[in-house]
Amino acid sequence: MEFDHILIRYGELSLKGKNRKKFVEKLQNNIQQKLVDFPEVKVKRTQGRMFVLLNGHAPQPIMDKVKNVFGIHSLSLAIKVENDLEKIKDAALYALTNSENVNTFKVSVKRINKGFPVRSQELNQILGGHLLSNTESYTVNVHSPDIDVRVEIRGEATYITSSVVRGAGGLPVGTSDKTLLLLSGGIDSPVAGYLAMKRGVQIEAIHFESPPFTSDRAKQKVLDLAEKLTKFGPSIKVHVVPFTKLQQKIFQETPDGYGMTVMRRMMLRISERVCQNEGILSLTTGENLGQVASQTMTSMNTINEVTNYPIIRPLVTMDKDEIIEISKAIDTFDISIRPYEDCCTIFVPKAPKTKPKRDRVNYYESKFNYDDLIQEAIEGIEVIKINDRKVEEDAFEGLF
Amino acid sequence: MIYLDNSATTKPHPEVLKSFEQVSTSFFANPSSIHQLGGETEKLLIKSKQQAAMLLKVHEDEIIFTSGGTEGNNIAIKGIALEHQGRGKHIITTEIEHPSVYEGCKSLEKLGFEVTFLPVNQDGVVSIEDVEKAIRKDTILISIMHVNNEIGSIQPIKEIGEIAKKHPKLFFHVDHVQGLGKVPLSLDNSGIDLCTMSGHKIHGLKGTGLLYCRRGVKLFPLFHGGDQEFAIRSGTENLAGAVSLVKALRLIKEREEKESGKLLELNHFLRQELKNMEKVVLNTPEESAPHIVNFSIPGLKPEVMIHTLGKQGIFISTKSACSSKDLDESRIIKACGYNQIRTKSALRVSLSYDNTIEEVKIFLNKLNEAINQLKEVME
Repeated sequence: MEFDHILIRYGELSLKGKNRKKFVEKLQNNIQQKLVDFPEVKVKRTQGRMFVLLNGHAPQPIMDKVKNVFGIHSLSLAIKVENDLEKIKDAALYALTNSENVNTFKVSVKRINKGFPVRSQELNQILGGHLLSNTESYTVNVHSPDIDVRVEIRGEATYITSSVVRGAGGLPVGTSDKTLLLLSGGIDSPVAGYLAMKRGVQIEAIHFESPPFTSDRAKQKVLDLAEKLTKFGPSIKVHVVPFTKLQQKIFQETPDGYGMTVMRRMMLRISERVCQNEGILSLTTGENLGQVASQTMTSMNTINEVTNYPIIRPLVTMDKDEIIEISKAIDTFDISIRPYEDCCTIFVPKAPKTKPKRDRVNYYESKFNYDDLIQEAIEGIEVIKINDRKVEEDAFEGLF
Repeated sequence: MIYLDNSATTKPHPEVLKSFEQVSTSFFANPSSIHQLGGETEKLLIKSKQQAAMLLKVHEDEIIFTSGGTEGNNIAIKGIALEHQGRGKHIITTEIEHPSVYEGCKSLEKLGFEVTFLPVNQDGVVSIEDVEKAIRKDTILISIMHVNNEIGSIQPIKEIGEIAKKHPKLFFHVDHVQGLGKVPLSLDNSGIDLCTMSGHKIHGLKGTGLLYCRRGVKLFPLFHGGDQEFAIRSGTENLAGAVSLVKALRLIKEREEKESGKLLELNHFLRQELKNMEKVVLNTPEESAPHIVNFSIPGLKPEVMIHTLGKQGIFISTKSACSSKDLDESRIIKACGYNQIRTKSALRVSLSYDNTIEEVKIFLNKLNEAINQLKEVME
């Protein structure tokens, strides 16, 4: 006997009225996408439930993939057996003894198929007794058991589910349009991307590089971060903007202290243009109120002036340790702390203005016409598509 | 040539050599160099950790590349002892460990540590109760091998791991050098904090190996320097070695999955035939690793047999290669409770997935012939 399917529960989706069908279909699609490398594994929907049919595949790798998909409230490994008392008993025992970190259990029987000869209440007792007499270390706890062995007797078969694993929550990615994530390589921006994805948003990323002041490794770091984010959604397009000339010009033309503000405004201008070209409706940043000079309220006000696209700032009110906690949980922290300079850390003025005023910045920007340099940067964008499936670098092929 | 000394070392797989050569030629830059070439080799280093982690079902930051089993065992044991001595100075190990663990622990005794060397039963297996009883308040480390290198006995690592889990203050190290690719060992949720593996026992190259070091486990480094390998093992990375090791690991895992049945058949055949030989007694217990068969020919000096077979192109060994130069009795077989006649006449056949039934048959014939010829000189 072995677990042959995974039961998917999608709590919040059931609230979404008419859109529900669309959401559920998207979720099914996203799960299927994650399992593309496992052709024998299928995702099915019947009577308002979603299943992943394992068809002989070991359950754990599939669980690990599926539990990161947004829109899933919880999942459980399950076994399907015939409506036969002995088989149900065996399966319940298997479900209990094959769950980790379990000491206490209860059994909950649901008899939807009233044709089944044993009533729920009686079956609860039969199964509980069977589990106790065939194991040694488990005890019953009906109030807060470590595992609730659920037995659902339906018309076609009986389903036995074991422990409930929490899903990633949120909404299926792709149900809330697209955003463009400003991805620098630091700790914050990937977390911001993750949180946007959690609300069903699909992301593309934009990264500004300034070679030779920034290195290939800084760029690789961003691509590695984007790859981590694909765990939670579909493949991600990364727009890499050649920023050197523009950035150098900005710092030449702008008095010390205001360069940072002008640079941020240029980044937003370019980002907005990319949004227009790609049909993306908003920007997402890892900005966080008060973290550094460029992230004061005055600074945000001044930088925000250049675009009327909504800027989603999922981290805006978080503490740094909360952000770090998430970045560790989504596995981006170790990449983010690789010590390479990115375009935000080079040319940093000794004392950046913490309260850059709109009129001052507008005045400094009017001293030089940046249009050509902006255009050049946009035309030089390199688009890299990051897949969640192992990106085999050609150069390394065959080495492993 | 019939090579039956695979527990001493194995013949490198041609694919492994190819990887080593390719990396040495094309990716020779120092991964710590900040130029582009260094960037590439660093990427390859990260990639090899990812691959190793995937094969072992662990995290990539839990892989430390080493020069092999001896180094892995020393980093683990001395690293724990030196880092955590404030917490206690008691170490538990067994009497049948590989010299790199056994002597490593002995050396710590000279530094003021107290070491309990647990006995084994006649099958060469340590008792779980003994392990549990030996744990004290000041115990900081349990180091027990998975598969014994001389007789192939398998230690109850899973059960000891469960005991270790109940004592969160101590660390559990497993020398998995002989088990790797032959006897499955799960690291996930196993209670194992450190696990040593070696490349050249799995058709990889000498000078390659890895140490699994569970997240959060702190070690005192034996080599200080440029902080490579999470500062546990400074020194410019042997990238070609690391990549070739990961390839060897992949290949052996594939063979383990597909061919373990075949290896077991060879083992059963070999044992059965040896049992039928009048002058031969088996030292390897019934339940043991599939690749090691240890036996004694009481009264015959083992070197004589090694040389007789060697002249005919058949290579086996006396006890383990690491201790066979000291011509005394086998410490391991002695620990199993056998007398000197047996401990001084032990021979070891160790198989690989490359060996065939024909080779085993030829070996058995030649062994039989040799015994008949040498009968007169035997006491």
